[in-house]
Amino acid sequence: MTGRWRDLALAGAGLVILLLVPLFGAPPAIRDFIMFGMAYGLLAMSLNLLIGYSGLVSFGHAMFFASGAYAFGLAMQSGKFSIPAAFALAIVFTAVLALIVGAICVRLNEIYFAFLTLAFQMLFYNVILGWVSFTGGDQGLMGGIPRPKFLGIDLADRTQLYVFCSVAFIICIAILRQLVTSPFGYTLRLIRDNQERAAFLGVNVPLVKLTCFVISACVAGVGGILLTLFVSGAYPNFGFWTTSGEAIFMILLGGSNVFLGPLVGTVILRLLNDITVTYTSHTELVLGIVILILVLGLRKGPLDLIAERLENRRQAAAQAVRDAADAGAADTRKGGS
Amino acid sequence: MLKLEGLKKSFGGVAATRDVTLDFADGSLTAVIGPNGAGKTTLFNLITGRFPIDSGRILLGGENIAGLSRREIVRRGIGRAFQVASLFPTLTVREALAAAAQAHQRRETAMLVGFPTAAAMKHADEVMELLGLTRVAGILSRNLSHGDQKLLDIGLALALEPKVLLLDEPTAGMGPEERWRMIETVQRLWRARGMTLIFIEHDMDIVFKVAQTVRVLSYGAVLAEGTPEEVRRNPQVIEAYLGKSAHGAAEGAAA
Repeated sequence: MTGRWRDLALAGAGLVILLLVPLFGAPPAIRDFIMFGMAYGLLAMSLNLLIGYSGLVSFGHAMFFASGAYAFGLAMQSGKFSIPAAFALAIVFTAVLALIVGAICVRLNEIYFAFLTLAFQMLFYNVILGWVSFTGGDQGLMGGIPRPKFLGIDLADRTQLYVFCSVAFIICIAILRQLVTSPFGYTLRLIRDNQERAAFLGVNVPLVKLTCFVISACVAGVGGILLTLFVSGAYPNFGFWTTSGEAIFMILLGGSNVFLGPLVGTVILRLLNDITVTYTSHTELVLGIVILILVLGLRKGPLDLIAERLENRRQAAAQAVRDAADAGAADTRKGGS
Repeated sequence: MLKLEGLKKSFGGVAATRDVTLDFADGSLTAVIGPNGAGKTTLFNLITGRFPIDSGRILLGGENIAGLSRREIVRRGIGRAFQVASLFPTLTVREALAAAAQAHQRRETAMLVGFPTAAAMKHADEVMELLGLTRVAGILSRNLSHGDQKLLDIGLALALEPKVLLLDEPTAGMGPEERWRMIETVQRLWRARGMTLIFIEHDMDIVFKVAQTVRVLSYGAVLAEGTPEEVRRNPQVIEAYLGKSAHGAAEGAAA
């Protein structure tokens, strides 16, 4: 229970820090950086619910990022929906899409799961490209996303948009946090570690996986919505496989075994991206080298490394407790005989 | 409690289980023995629904559970530990047992509360106490000693409060002293929980000392059953399993 209060306090503190940025007149570049970071951060964090917590390596997660973006953008362009209604509609659409894709994919193991999610993503991507009259094809949703006022909130105003996105972002992170610290979150770990045994404990493995897949997709969808609001458009590359790949890089760069690892990875990747784009024309080359160094040198994300050190210390303490208990038991046996 | 009637199972033309009919009384402690390849583990796999049976019936308290999923069979009260401990490497002993307990309490998909729930924790503590695992509560499953891994494997099954517990070679890979400690633990929990316990065992000293009844499998069929005394004297058993030397069998030579 104390852990939950601490997490809530941290979430509140995070929100306050995010909200203080515009107050202190941060340059627009920083605010933009944070907005991009929140959208992609939700993509990476939600993907890690699958990869890190459940052992489901999905290569097609950006599909749900794009489905949130397009569903929201199209709903707003239709002029029939308010922003909250379109927001809800986009999440429901993403959930239904994830339910269909997930129902087909979650029974497959590892490599088949990875490739089938990739295949569905390419299918979705090609529908976006091909259905020009509806989605604008490779031009994306053109003409801007209308942002009518609702409840006195005007998202056409940059500051209000920033606050809105920050609140949505923190709520999503809090939901993910609650999820991974709940009984459900530990059932995910059971499945990740040993799904055969989890089934022998009475866990409905496919159903739990599917539930996780849908929730994760919905959070990615919110990321897509935030990005659409921010750039006032939606583009096919939101759902291209490279976007899924970037999300995996973010997880690698931060760490998959620490809750906020993917978010740290998002910041690192976007910083690297912005810096290299500014100073060189070889962005991919620099990114590739950094990732190679991380993978070959550290063999895990920096946060994972720290977490592992802490875990090793806890384990040493726990083993000392055992050794003391065993020594005590041996003495008793000797004394008794 | 558990009745097997005319159980048959073949794998690609090889009959692994040939017409096995056995009755395990409520609250009994039974050893299943037999040479390697006799179909002992296969029998456990059939009872727990890991493989579908070809024909026959598996009755748990009168209800036919053949054809149900692994999960439904577990939920009806058949727990199982494995020959090679099947654990959750990245969870501590306490976490793993609490996760198993919450699955038993039908709380494994609860999202709005924190892990572990008080009820699951209490249950996990009881299991740790019963098995002597409290001293390793905070250790990750992958860092446990072999003996503690086997105990945790049993603990995971025990957390489900099974009516019937199947233990596949609980003493596998243990030294002589550790074996006896393990089997004493098994006996203790059998008495404490009053459940029907069936274990596969190769060490004849243990089998004849501990088991109330012994079932002997050979080539997928039941060769003999009875009290340890009866089985020990059964000439077929001596020939098929313990070797031709009856003298050696009397001395309890392990196969």
